[in-house]
Order: sequence, then C-alpha cells, then structure tokens
Amino acid sequence: MKLSAQSLGFGYRDHGVGSDVTLELASGEVLCLLGPNGSGKTTLFKTLLGLLPPLSGAVLIDGRDASTLTREAIARQISYVPQAHGAFFPYTVLETVLMGRTAHLGLFSAPSARDYAATAAAMERIGISHLADAIYTQISGGERQLVLIARALAQEARMVVMDEPTANLDFGNQVRVLERIRALSADGIGVLLSTHDPDHAFLCADRVAMLHQGRLVACGDVVTVMTAPQLQQLYGIPVSVTEVSLQGGGSRKICLPLGML
Amino acid sequence: MNTRSIVVCAAAAAALAAVIALAFATGSYPVAFADLLRVLLNWLGGAAHGLDPTVETVVLQIRGPRVIAALLVGASLAAAGAAYQNLFRNPLVSPDILGVSAGAVVGAVLGIFLSLGIVAIQSMALAGGLAAVAMVYVVARAVRGHDPLLVLVLAGVVLGSLLGAFVALMKYLADPYNQLPAITFWLLGSLASVSPRDLWIAGPLMLAGLLPLWLLRWRINVLSLDDEEARALGVATVRIRLAVIVGATLMTSAAVAIAGVIGWIGLVIPHFARLLTGPDFSRLLPVSIVLGAGFLVAVDTLARSIAHIEVPLGVLTAFIGTPLFLWQLMTARRGWQ
Repeated sequence: MKLSAQSLGFGYRDHGVGSDVTLELASGEVLCLLGPNGSGKTTLFKTLLGLLPPLSGAVLIDGRDASTLTREAIARQISYVPQAHGAFFPYTVLETVLMGRTAHLGLFSAPSARDYAATAAAMERIGISHLADAIYTQISGGERQLVLIARALAQEARMVVMDEPTANLDFGNQVRVLERIRALSADGIGVLLSTHDPDHAFLCADRVAMLHQGRLVACGDVVTVMTAPQLQQLYGIPVSVTEVSLQGGGSRKICLPLGML
Repeated sequence: MNTRSIVVCAAAAAALAAVIALAFATGSYPVAFADLLRVLLNWLGGAAHGLDPTVETVVLQIRGPRVIAALLVGASLAAAGAAYQNLFRNPLVSPDILGVSAGAVVGAVLGIFLSLGIVAIQSMALAGGLAAVAMVYVVARAVRGHDPLLVLVLAGVVLGSLLGAFVALMKYLADPYNQLPAITFWLLGSLASVSPRDLWIAGPLMLAGLLPLWLLRWRINVLSLDDEEARALGVATVRIRLAVIVGATLMTSAAVAIAGVIGWIGLVIPHFARLLTGPDFSRLLPVSIVLGAGFLVAVDTLARSIAHIEVPLGVLTAFIGTPLFLWQLMTARRGWQ
C-alpha cells in the first residue's frame, strides 16, 4: 500500500503552516522526517492522517483521496502514535492497547475474543505483555511509548505515523523504540516518524525528508540526503557527518555539532 | 468480566435490594418486612394478604411510586454524570455542565409563574433542559479554531449564568405568597409529589436516553482520549459526542422535570463507581446506575423520616455528598490519576 502527499498545503484555516509538500511512503519502508522546531512536522503528520483538512493538494491512500474516506476506513490503513502523554482516566495497559481495535469494531460493539487475541499478539511483539494489568497512568514514559506503539500494531494498519517517538525517553529506551521500528518495517509495515536527532535517521531510516519553514528542502535516500551541508542548512549550526568504525566490524555514520566552546 | 467486577456487581445489587426494602418499610406509617412481602406477593397475583387495606395503600400507592421515582432519578443522574465525565475527560464534571438544570429550572419557574398545571410545568422543565443544551451545542459548534470541548464547557457556563439571571428575575417578580414558595420548593428538589403518571412519562424517556450510552459504551471509552487521538483510532468524534450529549441530556432533563434540582449524585456516584470497577465504561455505566439508584432511595428515605417535616432532597444530597466527596478526595487518588 502507498501513502502519498501531492503538492500538499497544510495548516489551519487562517494561517498556513506549509505548502507544496510531495512525498510518498510505501509499506515496509521507514521514512524519517527531520526539521527544526516550528517547521511544521506535527501539522504535516496531522494532515497526512486526515485529522486536518489539506489547504491545497491532496493526501492519497492507495490512490484514493483520503478526504473521501471515513474515519474508520483511514484508521484501518494508517495508525498514529502520538508523543507519550498522560491519560485522563486510569485505564489498564490492556484496555489502552485494546482501544487500537476500535476501527475494526461495529459502532455498537465491544471488543470480542478476536480483538483480545490481536491485542495480546501486539503486546507480545512489542514485549510488554507483562504490563497488561498495570495502570497506564502509573507506568514510565518509556513504557507508555511502547504501549502506544503496541496500540498502533493492534490497529493492524499497514502504515504507522509516529510523532517524535523518542522524545523524552532515556538513551536505552530511545534505542529500544528504534529497534521496534526496524522490526515493524521488516514485517512489511511502513513507518513515517519525526525526530530531532539526526543520528536516529542513520540508525533506522531508509529514506529521509527534511522540512524547513513548511517546505520540503530535501527528500531521498539516507546517504544522499544526510550530508553535512544539508544538515547545516536545516538546523543553522555547523555540523560534521563522520563515519565511525564499530568494534566487531562494520561502520556507521554519526552527526556531530562543530564549533562548540 | 473479571472476578472483581462480579463481586462488585453482586455486592451493589444486594445493597440496592436491602435499601429498597428499607425504603418501603420506613416512614410515618411503618410496615413490617413480613407484611411488605405479603402485600407484594398479593400484588404479583399471589394469595390474599388479609392485612389492613391501609398497609396496601401505603406500600403500593404512596411508597411504591416514590421508591421507583428515586430509583429512576438516581440512576439517570449517575449514568449521565458518568457519560459526561468520560466525554469531558474530567472526573469533576456533573450532568448539568451544559446547562441542562439551568434550562429545566427556567422552564419550570416560568410554568409556575404563569400558574400552569403540574403536567405543563414538568413538560416545560423537560423542554427547557433540552433547549438549553441544544443552544449550548449550536453556539459551541459555531465557534471554530478552539478545542471543541473547552468551547462546549464555556458556552454551558455562560448560558447557565444567563438563565440564572432569568430565574432570579422571575423570583423577584413572582407572587410572594404562593408562587415564590412553589419555585423555592422546586429548586430544592423533592420526590414527594411524584405520581405514577409522571413515571410512565419520565421512565421511557430515561430509558431512551440510556440506550445510546449503552450501545456506544466502547466508543465512549475511546472518546476519553485526546480528540485527535480518538479520531486517529477511527472514532467519528463529532457524531458520537452528539449522541452521548443527547442521551445524557434526555436522562437528566427527565429527572429534573419530575424531581426538581438534585445535585451531587451525578458528580459523586460515578466517581465512586470508577474506584470500584476502573474506568471501562461498559462496567462503569451499570455500576454507576446501581449505586445512583440505591443512593437516592436511601437519601429519600432519610429525607422523609429524620424529621417531622420533609427535608428537601437537594439539601440532603449536598449534606451527604460533600463530605463523602472530600473524604474520597483525601484518601484515594486512584480514580483519576
């Protein structure tokens, strides 16, 4: 399946945030969106998810204009992982993940045995089965992020949009989340994520898109897009992209800020 | 359904049965439990009870309708409160947050002011409650670019105070010898004048209001998430929210129309129910209904038996509800944290 934006203008009725964004995501692919604060990443995501109407252009899901689809139909195709947050009521982790099944339930139905099975499978895959009876509002931020990813999996959509899934997580949890993202793509799920850490793009992305003041300034393979001049232009600070060799063989690129102190 | 929910439901149902029996037995004309059973068996088509006909009149004509009214009103207010607390993602919300009570009061007070009959006054209260919420909803939908829930609450507060001014004006203009006492009495809430005919009208309306709440029970859970999150999960939030508001408003309006303004039940009862069962609405709703019904039957029994005159229900629910709520607030935060 394919999710694409065609010359998309996005924002709110009285003020546009971005314009002329064209990009495409296929299932099984990880696309990482980089951009400074206020560049419009979250607004773009909300528009791609159909939560905000496009100001111009269109969002296509498998070639069909998303604005003609119902909420249920969109939710069966694309799931959304918001930034880990508090909840208003103390639902258990199991109940929270179960909410991912909503788009598959009839309007008047409650979850059935089949939904519980899909929920258990999603939690197993993310490795949070032991948290099932914990209260969502009482677990740590890292665990909440994993719960929200499990909820997106339970939704059984071919595409997942994640808004800064590594924000506010400790170093270990950041890497754990990135590993889950790679595993999802290996299972044929397309992932679109935003992050503030260019190294995360090196770690998990197939392709990178760069958003600056609401416009796409670069979009392509990690190797071609993630260069020092591009990153320097995007963030407005001098950076160096270096290749480091890893113990035990192989090498990986990292991005370092220059000119400190 | 886990073991805990089954225990909670069984305990709540047993407590409700005990409270109902007590309500039938207590009053200025006490009825022994054995006599009560005999009258009820006879009413159900069993053997003649051979008791003083006064006993039968007290049980079936006087206390029966009143107990049923207390059950219906308590259950309705608690169910509507539970739904609104989920909808507004706030455990401190009560059923009259959108101005339903204020609207019903205006309707009823206008009816009393115009010296209409009791049925007309109740109808006006019902219509007033529905109209107030409809107005709040239309105003909130017209305001764009803000959090839809915040706008709803603000519109409710603003319209509520406007209607309050209207009520104050009518109290000021009312005849102080018969209209003003009637208005005051109505504002304090009472089940003393509920007739079987009232129940035949209000009961079906309450059930009709309950229907969407029960049918949409799972969607109502998801509605307690952020608006955008709920939509991304496949919930058409605007339509579901409207259905919940219509259902809860119908239940509350019908309750206020026959019983006047009774506060605290819709706020405190769902809160306690959530402590017992957790927030899942498919368990929260039935437990709230049972607790709300039992609580109001108990309070109404107190209201007509602790003093020589009846204590107004609204006063008593506040006297009992406030300390209960504060105690709960101080001892446990689990219900909403």
